[in-house]
Amino acid sequence: MRVGLFVTCLADLMRPSVAFAAVKLLQDAGCEVVVPEAQTCCGQPALNSGDSGDTRQIAQRVIQAFEGFEAVVGPSGSCMGTIKHDYPALFVDDPVWRARAEDLSRRSHELLSFLVDVLKFDAVAARFDGRVTYHDSCAGLREMGVKGQPRKLLAGVSGMQLVEMQGTEECCGFGGTFCVKYPDISTKMVDDKIAHIQASGAAAVLGGDLGCLLNIAGRIQRRGLPIRVLHTAEVLAGMGASPSIGEPGQAPPAGPGHAGQPQPS
Amino acid sequence: MHAPTTTFAARVAVAIHDQRLQAALDRASGGFVAKRAALVDALPEFEALRERARTVKEHVLSNLDGYLLRYEAEVVRQGGHVHWAATDAEARQIILDICKAAGAKTVTKGKSMVSEEIGLNDALEAAGYQVVETDLGEYIIQLAKEPPSHIIVPAVHKTRAQVADLFEEHHRPLGYTRHLTEVSEMVNEARQVLRGHYFKADVGITGGNFLVAETGSSVIVTNEGNGDLTQTLARVHIVTTGIERVVPTLDDVTTFLRLLARSATGQETETYTTFSTGPRRVNAEQSGEHSGEHSSEHGSEHSDVDGPQEYHVVLVDNGRSKMLGGAFREMLRCIRCGACLNHCPVYTSIGGHAYGWVYPGPMGSVLTPLINGIDNAYDLPNACTLNGRCQTVCPVKIPLPGLLRELRRQQFETGLTPWPIRTALQAWAWVAQRPALYHALMRIGIPLLSLVGRKQGVLHALPLAGGWTDTRDLPAPQGGTFQQAWKAQNGARS
Repeated sequence: MRVGLFVTCLADLMRPSVAFAAVKLLQDAGCEVVVPEAQTCCGQPALNSGDSGDTRQIAQRVIQAFEGFEAVVGPSGSCMGTIKHDYPALFVDDPVWRARAEDLSRRSHELLSFLVDVLKFDAVAARFDGRVTYHDSCAGLREMGVKGQPRKLLAGVSGMQLVEMQGTEECCGFGGTFCVKYPDISTKMVDDKIAHIQASGAAAVLGGDLGCLLNIAGRIQRRGLPIRVLHTAEVLAGMGASPSIGEPGQAPPAGPGHAGQPQPS
Repeated sequence: MHAPTTTFAARVAVAIHDQRLQAALDRASGGFVAKRAALVDALPEFEALRERARTVKEHVLSNLDGYLLRYEAEVVRQGGHVHWAATDAEARQIILDICKAAGAKTVTKGKSMVSEEIGLNDALEAAGYQVVETDLGEYIIQLAKEPPSHIIVPAVHKTRAQVADLFEEHHRPLGYTRHLTEVSEMVNEARQVLRGHYFKADVGITGGNFLVAETGSSVIVTNEGNGDLTQTLARVHIVTTGIERVVPTLDDVTTFLRLLARSATGQETETYTTFSTGPRRVNAEQSGEHSGEHSSEHGSEHSDVDGPQEYHVVLVDNGRSKMLGGAFREMLRCIRCGACLNHCPVYTSIGGHAYGWVYPGPMGSVLTPLINGIDNAYDLPNACTLNGRCQTVCPVKIPLPGLLRELRRQQFETGLTPWPIRTALQAWAWVAQRPALYHALMRIGIPLLSLVGRKQGVLHALPLAGGWTDTRDLPAPQGGTFQQAWKAQNGARS
């Protein structure tokens, strides 16, 4: 299957290894992966700030860039939720673009749900030692139905003990621009989340949305806590040994050709 | 119209650092969430009930004029009076006039969020009436002179010790001198004090959870029975509620009652569900006071043993009919259960008072700007992560995050969005629509940022990003962009 990868702006800029992990998993599942160059961001900052004019312009760009792919897949429930559910609603008064948005909507998937639900993929060949917990990011969970798929795939990772934390479905306090507009509330929320992670006894927290992960990792680093934060796709693709989000020694991504990195002992 | 005198940010700062409030919020919200979840799991038809309730409400909203007129006709037929209030001021005046005509001195009140919305207590007290809230939570905050902080549990922010102090201060003149420590003791003392007021009251005011069009009945649900005493022991019963609360039939009420109790307090049913249909019927032959028209018409040969002499319903619009034809129509399905508050991580972080008016949480963040004006509540629609949990628990499936985003859109289009945000957003959007330029800029910017943060893995501070870096580090980017690396790699391959 020829799949268009929606990289997401956060993976592109902050953590390319997440996009490389997505490429590796899709290729392992037998897909041909194409990365259209004419993509930037899904437009969520504009959409959630009420700027529907700019959102429409950006959405039209994305719709054009991903024309013709059998499936459009991204390592984020939030971005893919926007493309799947919000794009069609942007063009209620424009039948031509509405039809194009609906066509893209039908082809759009969050990475792990695409692997499990569409491709029936479960051949995970990765190792990650230790106790791990998984944070259900809100958009993935409630807009894209991502709940069992990451857990199913993580069950195939050798050496890993997955424990559920309390309040795993509660928001981490990221919320896009919310976290910088209302830092008091956001910090309280992420501290609540971190308390649940700590109580689970996990040494690492995984999730499917970089926004949440940057927020959680940023707060964990500020508080100097020994908890690693990684995107689920990185662990599933065998990249879990690289410096986690916010850890010292960040290195430019090696790419899928070098994805088989040494694993933690 | 109501505009708070403090800023949202200031109220949030107070709430976040109020240890007692935080403890109260943790305790209350956790309990409601768990109890509701257990009952929903035990009721296989819960989802079907939600869909049924949504459908009934939508049907009513599409035919609201017809159902309201039918309801009015039935109330009148039962000997009651219906008053239409376009605004909060009109509603207050109508109620003041009824109290005056009744020669009232004391007014008891059952719990009513609409009475909070229209500022009724202040108006009644200013006119010289003694007003007594009879719902325990409302009674506590009335003693504390505070607004409710939750639409179902108005005193949720108060600790047991604070309530004990309030009771000691206010009940001492009545002869209750003991400092109480147990909840049951406090409930008993409040019950004894309130009991006197019920018998003294000339007018009893309640809300109305539902109005039944086919019978002209108003329905209230309580856990304390205070609403029943308020409305049956006073000479005059006034129901204050919003025009959107009408439902077609008694059968429909049962659907909503099953959803309401589970969603609100995690109970299968509230302790008291009371239907009021008109004033006390008095058989003409027995009393000679009335014409006998009502009783003969309904085939009733006996007088009612209790009930008020007069029954009034004040139907409050206050912005609701304006919502009916627009983008916020779905908000009119709200049955005021409070589930969205209990499940909102923002509400459970800051409590109700931070929202600045009577309706807090997700439902309040939609309603407050709609009732008081979007220029009077800029922060409310924005102080939300759009996590969507409220929508998944709403018993009538109101798309609350979508409505909040629609408010943000209206703020943006009417120029209410602050210019720094607006400018930054538009500059970013301009670049984001030009992929070649965007990628070129990022190829320069990202490696720089990465270089600064690589050694420590994070950046501790960044110009103009204080909202993030005051309490969080910014994880450093790994290095070049993915697009750049992908291009290099695939270029090398081809």
